[in-house]
Amino acid sequence: MKITTETELAEAIGGAGGPVRVQGGGTRDIGRPVVGEVLEVAISGVQLYEPGALTLVARAGTPLAEIEALLAEQGQRLAFEPMDHRVLLGTGGRPTIGGAVAANVSGPRRIQAGAARDFTLGARFVDGAGRVIKNGGRVMKNVTGYDLVKLMAGSWGTLGVLSEVSLKVQARPETEATLVARGKDAAEGVAALAAALGSPWDITGAAHLEAGVSGGDSETRVRIEGLGASVDYRAEALQKEICAGWDIVRGDDSAALWREVRDVAPLADARVVWRVSVKPSAGPVVGAALAAAGLGHKVLYDWGGGLMWIAPDDRGGEDGGAALIRQQIAAHGGHATLVKAPAELRARVDVFQPESGALAAITRGLKQKFDPKGILNPGLMG
Amino acid sequence: MQMPEPSADVLSRKARIVERLRAALPDNAVIEDDIELKAYECDGLAAYRCPPMCAVLPGSTEEVSAVMRICHEEGVPVVPRGSGTSLAGGALPTADSVLLGVARLTGVLETDYDNRFIRVQAGRTNLSVTGAVEQDGFFYAPDPSSQLACAIAGNIAMNSGGAHCLKYGVTTNNLMGVKMVMADGEVVEIGGPYLDAGGLDLLGLITGSEGQLGIVTEATLRILAKPEGARPVLVAFDSPEVAGQCVSDIIKSGIVPVAIEYMDRLTIQASEAHVGVGYPDCEALLIIEVEGSEAEIADQLGRITAIARTHDPVEIRESASAAESEKIWLGRKTAFGAMGRINDYMCLDGTIPVNELPFVLKRIGELGDDYGLQVGNVFHAGDGNMHPLILYDANKPGDLEKCEALGADILKLCVEVGGCLTGEHGVGVEKREIMTAQYTADDLEIQMQVKDVFDPDWGLNPAKVFPLEASAGRRS
Repeated sequence: MKITTETELAEAIGGAGGPVRVQGGGTRDIGRPVVGEVLEVAISGVQLYEPGALTLVARAGTPLAEIEALLAEQGQRLAFEPMDHRVLLGTGGRPTIGGAVAANVSGPRRIQAGAARDFTLGARFVDGAGRVIKNGGRVMKNVTGYDLVKLMAGSWGTLGVLSEVSLKVQARPETEATLVARGKDAAEGVAALAAALGSPWDITGAAHLEAGVSGGDSETRVRIEGLGASVDYRAEALQKEICAGWDIVRGDDSAALWREVRDVAPLADARVVWRVSVKPSAGPVVGAALAAAGLGHKVLYDWGGGLMWIAPDDRGGEDGGAALIRQQIAAHGGHATLVKAPAELRARVDVFQPESGALAAITRGLKQKFDPKGILNPGLMG
Repeated sequence: MQMPEPSADVLSRKARIVERLRAALPDNAVIEDDIELKAYECDGLAAYRCPPMCAVLPGSTEEVSAVMRICHEEGVPVVPRGSGTSLAGGALPTADSVLLGVARLTGVLETDYDNRFIRVQAGRTNLSVTGAVEQDGFFYAPDPSSQLACAIAGNIAMNSGGAHCLKYGVTTNNLMGVKMVMADGEVVEIGGPYLDAGGLDLLGLITGSEGQLGIVTEATLRILAKPEGARPVLVAFDSPEVAGQCVSDIIKSGIVPVAIEYMDRLTIQASEAHVGVGYPDCEALLIIEVEGSEAEIADQLGRITAIARTHDPVEIRESASAAESEKIWLGRKTAFGAMGRINDYMCLDGTIPVNELPFVLKRIGELGDDYGLQVGNVFHAGDGNMHPLILYDANKPGDLEKCEALGADILKLCVEVGGCLTGEHGVGVEKREIMTAQYTADDLEIQMQVKDVFDPDWGLNPAKVFPLEASAGRRS
């Protein structure tokens, strides 16, 4: 069913006789496969854009491309740099802002600026009982009642279906540059990223691509953005203090390097890809431990080492590496999500990080309150 | 302001409850002496006072858990308290409650510069978190004005901000994990020194929940490398509206100052009488601070003053030394205290879209005239977080009520222009009854259902946040 207004959305959910599969632009086929009637949220259009207040309010089904174009006209952008999942997953469709928020999709700038959840100031949604709910607003500071906006961000349509979001946007910087080193192993690369991130020079991207991920050599990349003279100054300071001998890539070439990282493009051919969030210094340790355990894989490290995109090779075995990867999470903390895998594998293993004890009970309790009939993307998150 | 009737049943069991708490805690951790309890009868919203039945000061997560278990079994309400600096009555006790203070939980548990986090006990003060890392060139970004006194636990409860959150965000953007004791005493850990949640974002839900979902005993906080330097510029205008317009133009230009602070004539005059830093004679001034290397600072200030000049300012005063910077900030930082010399005041916390500043400033002036009360404005202009200070005389019968009515009108105005009732102080008891100006019954119901999940008996800080009538059924 194609939905074009919030009222229709409330009626469709309120009157649903069984499970529904919520779909925005249809680009993110992620999670346990859901059986249910497709509810296509095509409620589209930018409601309000105030460049002078850095805020934009859009209906949830508004294509991201439309929002990005509108922002670009005013020299602004979405700071959280949402990934385009079509590249990695080989899906079609058009990413929507509602989908980006519902999946809390954030790119390399997450480490400095924040995630989608940090830039979503307010939301309207329809819960599983068909109630229209609003929460938050369109201001950056707001502690008026509980923050359900954070809860909706990253709930993958299992608690409610977004109909509108308000966002904080960011001024596009004058320029950007990337410092690049080649040939470092993961431990050396991540250590260099930690040094850069611990400097006063305001790093907005810190990635390490293992050898063979993008070309032959490994690449360690550090991004800086801002006013022209400031970027020059910081690039020089970094080269002097931390990144001696690293190349400098500027402007559009720099932007292309980060689009590649954002979309995890180098792993697009992999059959199975995990997204693992750990303490940054634990990243290379986890990578080495998986290799030692016999899981052949390639890793793209983002977020200074704290975000690992892991593509196990065929030796990943029956479960796509799930048991080995989750063992590492148990040892080091963090969480692992099976972002890309054939549907039959996603049906067999936990796609999202399993919770235990009291936290699992809270999650169940919240789902029960928000979706008492259990009809919104049932089972998608496990 | 109304508070629920204390439970006669709970009060009748006081002796047993206190005895059980004493058995579970060290000797000096339970307070029931009437004089000592005076210290806990109110927070920063001192107009309202009520001593709790008793107060406890546990020294560990295990002790907090023991207290919660006992209170859960006994059906006693628990009011959590950080440092008691809440301006919204978030830590106001009820007569039948156990007040749980986290003041003894002050330790630093882990500092990790490679991974840029610090793990602290939640009673540690905000400023002393930065104090623990600044010798190594790091800082914790949220900086509420009360940062010398306020606790991280309270910052999490109220999602505190501060002057510098224009660039660095508020507590929710800087909190990575918590250890939390649930209403029944169970201890949970949410998040950690890694980013974002693997499942639902429970950390985001807890932040700003005003101590109603659990007691946070430990926090993992993001720390940042200190910038090389920072410098403010002061710009004076002959009209509040023009100052407001200038804020919007700076924001739109793409420069990201770390702070844009606003003061109007009334607060400037009060501040001058108090500390006399030599602010210009003007209707409104902005203090705009930027960070970076010397050259970066000069570049940004150049661009900012160019924008300011298009608004025909009365004066632009760039700081040329650390001493001058300090003077520029001193008047702003002491403005609240200075206003207190004139009269009693009530401090609001409504937040509005930045582009609405000119209109809202004008309208607040008109509303003040209608009520015959003076309103000073000193606030974080960059993010639209207003702090109108309504002057009144606590000794004059009816003045407090008049002030509260004007306050409610101003907050409703904030909501009307697309803002919210409270940006960083919280709802507490103060704004509880006007939540309906921002939220429908369904909007509030689903929030209360969240509390049902975490705290089915509604024992934690029960008479806050939601209109009393709306929560009555759940509290009884």
